[in-house]
Amino acid sequence: MLKIKSLECVRDDRLLFSDLSFSVAEGQVLQIEGTNGSGKTSLLRIICGLRLAEAGQILWRGESIASSREDYYAEMVYIGHLPCIKGDLTVLENVRSLLDTRSLRLNNARIEAALEKVGLVTYEDVPSKALSSGQRRRILLAFVELSQAKLWILDEPLTALDVHGVALMESMIVQHKQAGGSVIFTTHHGMQLDCEMTSIVLGDKSLLSTKTSTEAGSGC
Amino acid sequence: MLKAYYHLLVRDLRLAFRSRHELANPLIFFVLVVTLFPLAVTPTPQALQAMAPGVIWVSALLAVLLSLDRLFKQDYDDGSLDQLMLSPNPLMILVLAKVSAHWLLTGLPLVIIAPLLGVFMSLPAEAVTVLIYSLLLGTPVLSLIGAIGVSLTVSVNRGGVLLSLIILPLYIPILIFGANAVDVAADGLPVTGQLLFLGAVLALAASLAPLATAVALRITASR
Repeated sequence: MLKIKSLECVRDDRLLFSDLSFSVAEGQVLQIEGTNGSGKTSLLRIICGLRLAEAGQILWRGESIASSREDYYAEMVYIGHLPCIKGDLTVLENVRSLLDTRSLRLNNARIEAALEKVGLVTYEDVPSKALSSGQRRRILLAFVELSQAKLWILDEPLTALDVHGVALMESMIVQHKQAGGSVIFTTHHGMQLDCEMTSIVLGDKSLLSTKTSTEAGSGC
Repeated sequence: MLKAYYHLLVRDLRLAFRSRHELANPLIFFVLVVTLFPLAVTPTPQALQAMAPGVIWVSALLAVLLSLDRLFKQDYDDGSLDQLMLSPNPLMILVLAKVSAHWLLTGLPLVIIAPLLGVFMSLPAEAVTVLIYSLLLGTPVLSLIGAIGVSLTVSVNRGGVLLSLIILPLYIPILIFGANAVDVAADGLPVTGQLLFLGAVLALAASLAPLATAVALRITASR
């Protein structure tokens, strides 16, 4: 589904990785591992097409993402470090405006079901600035759940989440995998996934997984 | 695509009305500058009328310039801009929605209050009408061109000076033709030429500026 070919990333004259190649199949869960500053976020932003790689190609269903941007974005959802939440909008309005960027108009019942799943159903009409940072991250979980995307790209999805939130994220990933979706994520917290998972370690020559290959640069 | 435009426009308007104090800033600036001028110079009707077009147009231009920061800054800081860029809709449509919202919230109030200030500066009635037309055609261009500058400087901390350096040269033709139209109308001469020029610039900016802004935003995000 997604193919990464000999990617190279340089940040502030430092080589983060080079000749990085791997692919993500349908129903595959892939964890990007690495120490702080090893280029995990940069890699995810490159895969999203937000950041430009120094060299290499990213293919979505056989086509370069630069040329098939609209098809790719219709099937992909990305959650980064930043909250993407407007404090002045209510929880419901935030979910709606996030879905609007994907041109998804869902009925209230579906959104409420998702909010119930992430434990925010009683906060629907509360301005988001009144929520805790963990609750704000849960709005994003509801967005990911409703996004109808095949590929989830999650950068540190467990940030600020409590034990139940972590368990929820884990179960969402497993469910998504079972439905044939793919997930690429990074995390520094232990994620106990009840399914098969591959991983790539940035900034390290030894490979954790035999299914994937990575040759990381000497930058770190 | 039209829906994406509409939804983003509504979201931006709703956000602006939830924090109204920011909304009034450009308008207050505009009114203050224009009303302070007569106090600082000889307030004879002839002198006021002679400088009214310039004063009103320069104040309107600076009011828009000061409000430009709002266009993308918040979305950039909270990550919403990333989500807009990852939208399956063309980014230039979304940019156009944001610029439309910006004009409705800053340019349009200036156009509405301008006749009052025109009378205050003892402009004749026909010149006041032309003032409305020239601002109506000119302020959207200011928002459209401003968006290009903001998208290039949004990642720079305190990029205000840089922003002015980038876009003020592009604002100058609008200022010259806009103020000149009012000036000429006050002398009772026809102003079709100036207004047609402003209209042409608006058509050009509306079709090309969103494209340039979209490209500039992608460049900003890519580093």
